[in-house]
Amino acid sequence: MGTKSTTAERPRAAAELGRLTLVCVLAWLIPGAGHLLQGRRGKGLVFLVALPLMFAIGLWLQGRLFPLELSDPLVFLGAIANRGIGAPYFIARLLDVGAGTVTDASYEYGNTFLMTAGLLNLLVMLDAFDVAQGRK
Amino acid sequence: MTTSHVLLMALFALFVSLVFAMLLRDEPREQLKTGGMMFAGFVVAAYVLGWLMFPFPL
Repeated sequence: MGTKSTTAERPRAAAELGRLTLVCVLAWLIPGAGHLLQGRRGKGLVFLVALPLMFAIGLWLQGRLFPLELSDPLVFLGAIANRGIGAPYFIARLLDVGAGTVTDASYEYGNTFLMTAGLLNLLVMLDAFDVAQGRK
Repeated sequence: MTTSHVLLMALFALFVSLVFAMLLRDEPREQLKTGGMMFAGFVVAAYVLGWLMFPFPL
């Protein structure tokens, strides 16, 4: 009997894992998509507008998209934070923006906007994961 | 590029408090209250820290 229920639950667990993975990947790639997918329309729309806008302001302020350089731990952490925003990061790289102008007065502001947008999106992704798990 | 540092600080505070308020609260009224308190906290803290640092040379 125990074996029977385990066999029956295995596909369900795999489907659940697949759904959680899809929610997390979508939530990372498109800010707010994880919430929109789960019917949290209001929150999803706010994240969808606010986070890419914050990222775009960071680029406008001459912030830099950092390379993944393990030799410099701070640059590496900045690079991880930059990539946290998902698709907007890759679009920015395709458009060849985000070189950063160190001499510009707003350079550090730009970096702060870029990194914070990425980190906030990672938090939003974790929130979407909690919603998917029924914790919220 | 000429930009006001105070304006950028306020804009940053606005975005961060907006996202946190949406994450932490579910009711629109609560979100507005939490977001407003957080935004005010960021701006007031920035001014207080700014004035506290004023006497110290870099």
